[in-house]
Amino acid sequence: MPDGSQVEYDKTVYHPVRGENGTALDIEKFSLWYSEKQALFENSLVVERGLVTALIGPSGCGKSTLLRSINRMNDLIDGLRIGGQMKIDGRDIYGPGIDVIALRKRMGMVFQKPNPFPMTIFENVIYPLRVDGVTDKTMLEETVERSLRGSALWDEAKDRLHESALGMSGGQQQRLCIARAIAGDPEVLLMDEPCSALDPIATSRIEELIDELAGHYTIVIVTHNMQQAARVSQNTAFMYLGRLIEYGATETMFTTPKAERTQAYITGRFG
Amino acid sequence: MAGEHTLKRFDEELERLSATISEMGGLAESQLAQCLAALHERDTAAAEKVIADDARVDALDEAVQDQTVKLLALRQPVAVDLRVILSSIKIAAALERIADYAKNTAKRTIVLSQGTPPPAAVSGIERLGRLVRTALKDVLDAFTQGDVAKARDVWERDEEIDQVYTGLFRELLTYMMEDPRTITGCTHLLFMAKNIERAGDHVTNIAELVSFRATGHGFDEARPKGSAALYATGTAS
Repeated sequence: MPDGSQVEYDKTVYHPVRGENGTALDIEKFSLWYSEKQALFENSLVVERGLVTALIGPSGCGKSTLLRSINRMNDLIDGLRIGGQMKIDGRDIYGPGIDVIALRKRMGMVFQKPNPFPMTIFENVIYPLRVDGVTDKTMLEETVERSLRGSALWDEAKDRLHESALGMSGGQQQRLCIARAIAGDPEVLLMDEPCSALDPIATSRIEELIDELAGHYTIVIVTHNMQQAARVSQNTAFMYLGRLIEYGATETMFTTPKAERTQAYITGRFG
Repeated sequence: MAGEHTLKRFDEELERLSATISEMGGLAESQLAQCLAALHERDTAAAEKVIADDARVDALDEAVQDQTVKLLALRQPVAVDLRVILSSIKIAAALERIADYAKNTAKRTIVLSQGTPPPAAVSGIERLGRLVRTALKDVLDAFTQGDVAKARDVWERDEEIDQVYTGLFRELLTYMMEDPRTITGCTHLLFMAKNIERAGDHVTNIAELVSFRATGHGFDEARPKGSAALYATGTAS
């Protein structure tokens, strides 16, 4: 048996653009079962470092499951089984001896609904450092400024750092969550429909932010909004019923998709 | 195409767009046929009708522009839908040009009917016209049926059209050299021949667009070209 590193890609439906900085995540024949029900079927794709990769597909296609498998958030679910491999920098995420907490620190996560903690803006941002026991005041202050600048929130938040984060608008709260996700300086940002609870203006801000963050971070984003995938990503993966149907350059996916099913989905012919 | 949209109205709008193109194609085809018939019969009234009817083609071209702008703004089409819409704008533009060439040919027919052009040259133009008419009809069928193989066949036939045009060019030069009194008439015929040959080029473009809307690309290799002899500096012999 091969050790899983020999994945044969069908070039007709596998045509991602390559980044200049190599591979961030290597997903090889990854399958997942919730008890008896199989949710993912041998998905193989390579996520390029520094690029934005979008996962699209109809509800229940497994895109969120795949995203949550990357930082092992599915671990807590009873009866969960996996097959195949998922690697970050060549190391098996599910391999023996992996420190899950350390693994998650390398991956920031942003959820559908903004989930700031009921504390000040300042404390929200430095939460990951607090968990690590960092107490150096200068370092904390620098992290807050860097992260808030990074999430395009600094100008709006700098005069109210010690006010409650819950007083912010939804869009600001989501950018705060992004600031918190990048405070720990992760390598990968996982975003699970980060704009679905936001209005169009706030959505544009987040999309602009994703554009700015790409390059520094590898971003994997799950979105229901196909136009959003088209706007922010360089590579798009289309999933259906737990299977990866097509993975390719976003430009190609939205102009001349290779798989009939991809075309049907993105043009609104089913789903 | 991959079945129907969940949003029915989008399908209806796309169908309406294709119907407008088909109507425009039928009209352009008829204009080309009518201008050739007018030339054959030396029928000034028929030629004038061709000139007047050009406005109908222009109106349909505008209708296509309106429909495509709305579709782009309101439906944000992607993939095959986007290609259908983009190719529609370009096909409409090509048909509009073809009809313009028919109109110009009709105008020259009126001038010609006042003199006596060499009959052999007139029948040469008619032959060229028949080739382009058939190509136009076939490419419109290919469009309606989404038949890329048929479009490719039309695309390859442009070589023959170019060759007939080149032959006609030489023939007209010969007439003019033999008898300078034919120069006015032959010059008009030469422009007519050029018009029809250009119409043929637009037919070829439409053939490529039929391929593009189905596959995302035209016909990759360079088109067969048969008219290099035209640009040789020597005189026709």
